[in-house]
Parts: sequence; structure tokens; C-alpha cells
Amino acid sequence: MKKWMGTALATVLIISALTACGGKTNNTNGEQGVNGNKPAGASSEITVYTALEDDQIQTYLESYKAANPNVKVNIVRDSTGVITAKLLAEKDNPVADVVWGTAATSLLVLDQNKMLEGYSPKGIENIQPEFKDTQEPAHWVGIDAWETAFAVNTAELEKKGLEVPKSYADLIKPEYKGMIVMPNPASSGTGFLTVNGLQQLMGDSEAWSYLDKLDQNIAVYTESGSKPAKMAGTGEYPIGISFGYRAIQEKKGGAPVEVVFPTEGSGWDVEANALIKKDTIKPEAKAFLDWAISEEPMKKYNENYAILAMKSDSSVIPEGYSKDPISQLIKLNLNKAAENRDATLAEWTKRYEAKSEKQ
Amino acid sequence: MRPAKWHTALTLKRRNGSLFERLAMLLLLAGLSVMILLPLFSLFSKAVTNKQGEYNGLDNFIDYFSTPALLNSLQHTVYVSLLTAVLSVFLGFLFAYALTRTNIPGKMFFKTVSLLMLFAPTMMVGIGLTYLFGNQGLITTGFFDALPLHWDIGLYGPTGIVIAEVLYTFPQACLILVVSLSFSDFNLYEAAKTMGAGKGRIFLTVTIPSVKYGLISSFFVCFTLAFTDFGAPQVVGGGYNVLATEIYKQVIGQQNMGMGATVGIILTLPAILAFIVDRFVTSRQHAVSARAVPYRITANRKRDGVFLSLCLIMAGMILLLIGTVFAASVIKIWPYNLAFSLKHYDFSKVAGGSLQPFWTSLRMSAWTALIGTVVTFVGAYLIEKTKTFPVLRQAGYFLSILPLALPGIVLGLSYIFFFNKESNPMHGIYGTIWILVLANIAHFYSVAFVTATSALKKLDREIETASDSLGVPRYKTLLRVTIPLCLPAVLEMAMYFFINSMVTVSAVMFLYAADLKLASVSIVNMEDAGDIAPAAAMSALIVLTNIGIRLLYEAITHQIKKRTHAWQTREH
Repeated sequence: MKKWMGTALATVLIISALTACGGKTNNTNGEQGVNGNKPAGASSEITVYTALEDDQIQTYLESYKAANPNVKVNIVRDSTGVITAKLLAEKDNPVADVVWGTAATSLLVLDQNKMLEGYSPKGIENIQPEFKDTQEPAHWVGIDAWETAFAVNTAELEKKGLEVPKSYADLIKPEYKGMIVMPNPASSGTGFLTVNGLQQLMGDSEAWSYLDKLDQNIAVYTESGSKPAKMAGTGEYPIGISFGYRAIQEKKGGAPVEVVFPTEGSGWDVEANALIKKDTIKPEAKAFLDWAISEEPMKKYNENYAILAMKSDSSVIPEGYSKDPISQLIKLNLNKAAENRDATLAEWTKRYEAKSEKQ
Repeated sequence: MRPAKWHTALTLKRRNGSLFERLAMLLLLAGLSVMILLPLFSLFSKAVTNKQGEYNGLDNFIDYFSTPALLNSLQHTVYVSLLTAVLSVFLGFLFAYALTRTNIPGKMFFKTVSLLMLFAPTMMVGIGLTYLFGNQGLITTGFFDALPLHWDIGLYGPTGIVIAEVLYTFPQACLILVVSLSFSDFNLYEAAKTMGAGKGRIFLTVTIPSVKYGLISSFFVCFTLAFTDFGAPQVVGGGYNVLATEIYKQVIGQQNMGMGATVGIILTLPAILAFIVDRFVTSRQHAVSARAVPYRITANRKRDGVFLSLCLIMAGMILLLIGTVFAASVIKIWPYNLAFSLKHYDFSKVAGGSLQPFWTSLRMSAWTALIGTVVTFVGAYLIEKTKTFPVLRQAGYFLSILPLALPGIVLGLSYIFFFNKESNPMHGIYGTIWILVLANIAHFYSVAFVTATSALKKLDREIETASDSLGVPRYKTLLRVTIPLCLPAVLEMAMYFFINSMVTVSAVMFLYAADLKLASVSIVNMEDAGDIAPAAAMSALIVLTNIGIRLLYEAITHQIKKRTHAWQTREH
């Protein structure tokens, strides 16, 4: 026993001594972020960071894989907030080669941090001007837009004898107390575009006082933007503030869900691509960006999203969407949203994160 | 007769071991340092740096203790863990008492059921509770309105976490207490009875003191497990923040490594305390007198009835939970369309991606079991059976049991900091399956090490002495005598490594590369995205695999026992 304690003591001392030195010497070592990084290896390998939905990625990639069988694509997927934080954390030693299908407001933040390399992919002229960067060459290029929608479980509301909410104004009615789930804007792109949409729709102070009232009715804030719709689908919580695609998927899957686009209009963001600035920019990365706005994947994006970045007369409105999806979107300044992103998230966290812990 | 020179060489060799043994010992120490000690240094140094990587002293800790939200999570964790430990030890004691001190039927069955929880990732406990007590849960809705009884326990939050943690830690408490309760001296009971003590008094003055170390030890084990668990709070925590989910948020959500490391160190404190207490307790526990008489169970139908119903309730709860997860995984749309469907086992449409994570988990667990068992056994052998420098052996022993005090999350974080540095010569393993294997070996090293050590302790030291005097090299003795004799223990170690690697999340969730997603991690991802039914399906696959491995282990040990039984009995 005594011997053992001696060894323990010695080890603790050594640890503390080494720690003290380590603190000073460690700083210069570049570090990569968590997960999903491979040591630099074969050149026909690219690392793609994306916030696209898991169930979409594989279908989208099919045409890429068919055309580029020799390129290994490492997909790192996470919610918008996480991907953004990860890219920012890796600023000095980037792992990603390209960012694909991630909120334009996030890419604008990266651009403000000088992390994006300008590159205008082939076919950029086909992209509508409001869905791409105004600089030349472009620092980001959109593929589609997504928007706030509610997934409302009609079976559960019926049991409770409640109406389906149609607007933001409806959501703060006291009868929906404890029934609404909303994504946390710090981690979820959908959460952020909803909060930002409200801010630009109502003005800052009005939006916060609305969110305060909404907060009274919120059961839980989720990490991902999909989860509220899925929870509405299983009836765990009957009303999920989510996004159009996911709410429609739940309905298609057979859940008793009604997809509601709020009457005041939906907040929205563009899913966009960008090239990461790093020492060696792989030609495969640029080729990937060319592919990502080409005809084939655009068709696939269109299966899920009503609003495409591509100018086209033939874009079909996917089933489940209102007739004119563009008119559902509120007027929005993405640059302003990106500039205010930090402040908005800090304010939101201050107001509601602490509250959700007081249970 | 050998020349005298030989003898001096031999004694010298015995004192400090052969050159080969000394080299092996140094190699072992170096390996353990790389696996455990050096990563920990990186963690400690990270905790005193800011986001930009500059040294900032104790700023992170000051920051931590002055942020109410973060401090809240500490209070939450302590509260939940205390409650869990009390309940688990209480229930574990009753269960263990039933198994050792009563005549209830079906002891084997109850024992097996209580161990089932060890085969499941903790997220699965949470998922099972969601399906039972969530807003659309079986019990909440009275089996979908089939029963008039609706019972909403308000699952999400501390209630859910405590129930999940109790279910998760109770088998551990039970295992420890069964051992404690089996070592007792019936003479004391006889004496107490003769002196006219009543049943209650005997219980308080004989039974409880005789298992007090077991109680203390199991309390700390349960407390630490609940304190550091990530899976259950992630699933049923609602907005109730605990330390483990806080680290996840800091590291993954905000990429704030410094704060992650800080919270990690705070997370380690109770584990270290538990570790010290456990060491203290084990050093005192072997106090059963040589003249002790084993406990004789008296006939008492009323007692047996009470304990039987208790065991049935507990076992029923566990089976209901696991059964519900299995059922939910094959139901089309819970709760609206209860038709049978295997669609949730097609992971291509959900956050899991495909069945690939499951195969990766199998591969990783197999490698962990293989390499881990070899390394641990050799490590234990060197420390237990060789005579190299005692100081080195002590250090080796300490490093071997140190991982007991390291929560998986802390180990995982340390590994990022240590192996992700470009300057580290082992940087190459970062992003490969090998860092996962290494992390798992380190994480589960101690228990396997203890298993190996106690098996080796049972072997007569004369085996080595005999081989030395016969001039047989030690490695031959090791391969031909020691390992075959320890085969049951070796298999147990391999099984332990395998099963734990299949279910663990905490150590690997920071380390897996994009193309090496693991089954347990994919459960977290799917749960995060709201894909609860596929998460249940993946949990079911893990549990079934682990049960399969356990059965395989039982079958092999059974064979070995049958074969070796004959000569082992002759030996006695």
C-alpha cells in the first residue's frame, strides 16, 4: 500500500511538472479539428464538409461517383452550426477541401474570416444572381434554398381538440404550451434561419419579444433542424418548427403530419458551396465544385427542394410544397444575417439556453 | 551438477530478470506511457490554454466556475449521480442478497438478466425509456389506450437520467455485492443468535459490517459511472445539462478545446477519488478468517416470497426495456402504424449512413480484443511473474490500473490533443482505425489487467523456478504452461474488450474519422437527428452481437473446463 502511494505521488508530481512545461511549448503546434481528418495521403482524395441531410448525400453523390470512380470522397457531415464551428476552429490548418451544401450565412462568416478561395465553377452563369456571391471570382455559389416550415401532428392535436397553427402568431397561443419543439440556432442552420427570418421580418426588438413568448410554449430546443419534424412525426411533441423538406418527408413516410408554411412568410437561407483556402488546392476540389452545380445533381436537389439556385424554366415544384415557393420567402439580406450571426447566437444563448436548464 | 559460475549467473538473473525481460519491461512502460500518461499531459496542458492555443493559466477554470450555465451542469451531475448511486446500491444489494442469501428459484435466470444491461450501449437504455415513458410511450399511453391506466412520469430531465443510470449501473453494484455477500462467516451469525440478537439487529451488526467495503466500493463505482456517462443524458436529458453532454457541446458544437479539457479534468475528479477509495478498500477486504464457515441459508418462505417478487419486478423491468427497443425497431411508424417492418434496419436513409458503421465496429472490437488481450496479458505477466527492477514493476502496476480512474470522454479528448499534433511521430494513426483500437485498449486496460493478474497469482511460482532450473527459456514456459493454464482468463479478457468496444461511445466519439463511423456513435447521430427507430435497430444489432459473443465464450470455456477438469482435480 505504502509503496503504491509513493508511486502515485511521484506520478502526480511528474504530471504537474510536465504540464507546466507543456503549456508553454504546445502553442505552436498546429492542430486539426476533431473527427473526419485523414493524414495527407493519395491525391485523388478530397474531404468535403457538408450540412446536407444524411439521407440526401448518397443519392446526390451517385452521378459524381459514376463520373469520378477514382476519387475518394470523405464526407464529414454535421449540423450547420457544428460544421461552421469546425471550419472556424481549423482556420489555420484546414482539413476540408470544399464545403458543399452549407448555409450561405455560414459561408459568409468564413469569408469574413478570409478562409474562402475565390473560384467560379463551370456553369456559374446559370445560377441566379441572388443565390451566388457578387465577387468575381465567386467565393460561394448556391445550389438551392430552404425555408422554415412547421410539421404539425394532426392526430395528437385532434386528441387535444386543438387547431393546426397556421402562422408564427398562432404558435404563441397559450394552448400550445409545452407542445412545440424548435432547433437551437447555435447548432442548427434551420434554427438560425428561423430566428434570423423573424428578426428581419419584425425588426430586432419585436423579434426577441416574440421569441420570449414562443419560449413559454417550447418543450425543448433540439440540436438538429430535422429532429423537431421527426418528433412531430412520432407525436412525441405535436408541433415541430423545422424546414420544408423534412416536414414533407415525414408526411410522405406515413406519419399523420401536416406541413405548414407560416402565413407571415418563411425565413430562408441558401445551401451553398465554397472552396477552402489552403496551401495546396487540389484540382479534384475544383472539379467537385463544377460538378456540384451541374445538371445531374441539380435535378436531384430539385427532388427535395422547390427553390433551385439554377435559372431554369423546367424546375418542377416538388410535391408537398405550396404552389409558388418563392413567394413564401420573406425579403432577406443574407450579408446582414451573416454579420449579425455571432450577436444573434450570443443573445439567443443568453436568453434561452440558461432557461432550458432550469428544469 | 552445474558449475558454480552458472549458479551466480542464475541468481543474478533471478534478481533483475534477464536482459530480454528488462527490455520487455521498459517497452511495456513506454507503451503504457504513450497510451495513457502522455495523452493526459496533453489534456492538462490544453486545459491551461485558450482558444488560440496561448497559455492562460487557470483562466479556463475561473471561466468555468463563473459561468452559471456551466456550473449548473456540475450541480446537475452531482445530484443525478448521487441519487443514482444510492438507488443502485440499494437495489443491487437487495438483488445480490436474493441471489446469495435466499432460496428463491431461478437464480441463474436473474443473474443472466441483470447482466444483460452490460451488453447494451447506454443510449439504448435511454431509447428504451423513451418508448416506455416518453410522451408516446407504452406506459405513458397505457399501451396505446388499451389499458385505462395512463402514467406520465415526466421522463425528460433528471427523472429519465436517474432511471437510465440506475438501470445501467445496477448490474455493476450487484456484481460487486454478490462477491461481498458470498464471503461471510456463518459463525458470527450463530454467535449473534446465541446471544439473543433479533433478525434486525443481526442484519445491522453482522451482515452490513461484513459487506461494508463492498457497499462503499459499489457506491463509488455507480457514482463514477453515472457521473461520466454520456449516452443516457444525451437521449433522455431534455434540456438538463450534465458534464458529459457539456463537454460534447464545448468540443463538437463550439470546437472550444480548452474548455472541453477543463470540464474533462473536473469530470475526472470523482473518478480519481473513487479510484483511491477502491484501492483502499481492496487492500482491506481480505479479512475473512481461515476458520470461517460458509453462510447456510435457512428456510424461510416469507422471505423468499418477498425477494422473489422483487427480483421478478427488476428482471421484468429490464426485459421489458430491452424487449421494447427490439419491438420498436421492427414497427413501421410508432405509434401510428404498428405493422411489422424491417425498414429501420436499412440505415441508408438516416444519419447512420449504412450498415457500414456496424461492420467497422465489429472490426475495431475484434482488433481491440486480439491486441488488447495479448498486450494486457504480457503486461500482467511481466509485472506479476518477472523479477525486474521492483520500481519499474510498481510504476507499471500503477499505470496499468490508472485507466480505471479515467472516464472515456477524458481519454478520447486526451487522444485528440496528443495524437493530432503534427509534431507527434505517431500522428499517422490519427484518423485510422488504430487510434480507436488504442483508445479502447487504454480505456478497458485495467479490468482486463486485474483479471490477468489474479489468474497469474493463482499459478504456483514454482512453475517459473522449475523452468529456470531446467534451463527452459521463460517464453517457452509462458507459451506452453502459463497461457494454457490461464486460458479461461484470457478468453474472459478478450470477451470483455470486445463487448465494451462494441458499446462504448465516450472514448471514440471524438476520434473516429469520417469513413470510420462506429455503430455506437451512429446511434448518437441518429438520435440527434430524431431517427429514434433506426437508433433502436442499431442498438438491437449491438446487443445481439454481444449476446452471441458471450454465448461463444460460454461454449468455449465449457469445453475447456470439461477437458481440463480431470487433471485439475487430481492436482488438489
